[in-house]
Amino acid sequence: MITVSINGEARQFPQTITIAALIEQMSLTGKRIALERNGEIAPRGTFATQQLADGDKLEIVVAVGGG
Amino acid sequence: MNDKLIIAGKSYNSRLLVGTGKYKDFTETRAALDASGAEIVTVAIRRTNLGQNANEPNLLDAVPMSKFTYLPNTAGCYTADDAVRTLRLARELLDGHSLVKLEVLGDPQSLYPNVIETIAAAKTLVAEGFQVMVYTSDDPIVAKQLEDIGCVAVMPLASLIGSGMGILNPWNLQLIMERLQVPVIVDAGVGTASDAAIAMELGCAGVLMNTAIAGAKDPVLMASAMKKGVEAGREAFLAGRMPKKLYSASPSSPTAGIIGSVRS
Repeated sequence: MITVSINGEARQFPQTITIAALIEQMSLTGKRIALERNGEIAPRGTFATQQLADGDKLEIVVAVGGG
Repeated sequence: MNDKLIIAGKSYNSRLLVGTGKYKDFTETRAALDASGAEIVTVAIRRTNLGQNANEPNLLDAVPMSKFTYLPNTAGCYTADDAVRTLRLARELLDGHSLVKLEVLGDPQSLYPNVIETIAAAKTLVAEGFQVMVYTSDDPIVAKQLEDIGCVAVMPLASLIGSGMGILNPWNLQLIMERLQVPVIVDAGVGTASDAAIAMELGCAGVLMNTAIAGAKDPVLMASAMKKGVEAGREAFLAGRMPKKLYSASPSSPTAGIIGSVRS
């Protein structure tokens, strides 16, 4: 069991998963998003290979209206 | 008239830059953008809603990146670190797009910029290859420092964000414009079309606004008014206004041939 913080919300997973699998679970596949893992950008091209670890902090963002 | 706004080597026809926040819906956002003629539009970067509905309308569909130049901002950031992280995410989100709007705020009530954090963030971002358009106070010394750091445009406030108070200190804006080579764009405080015209008459390279359009009763009509205000002000600046005088001994109509006058 690992616990990962996603946008400030704690989420638990039975075992470690890749970022790509997480994105799919969250129905975000194909959406224009950007992801930061523990303060560092996780490039889109590495989603399939990056394995999440217990205690990871993720920020997943989109573009919204703003001034 | 060949009068382009040039930012970081790229030229734009419109000197009006607009935000995409506070509209009723994306349809209104797009209609206002089209009426404004703006080519550069600011967007915010926010956490995605984790329980997101897959079919939720998306800003990118209403305001396509193929038609508009996105200017991701750091609205809501109070530290250099948060602003830098936000713009790194923006660059990843927008496929390496490096033109960004840096703003680091000082307090949530006034939204006045924290220039110390702004300068720190600007240094980091420029070193990382970002093209930084920077929101700042109307302090000419700070504005010059931001130019020296390598920002591609310096954007002083005319008055506080969202206040609609207009151009409160035209003298400081003039001091900034005298000292800087990069475009000086008034960002924040414009309330109506005449404010935009005044900023342009002063010689500003452009005006950036959001609430003045989105907060109008009819945002689309106000967007059109702002387009004209910016254009009118720019043309007046280029034309060079007549000097102000207390009175003039030179009437506009001929002084000869007035009826009832005695011929000598």
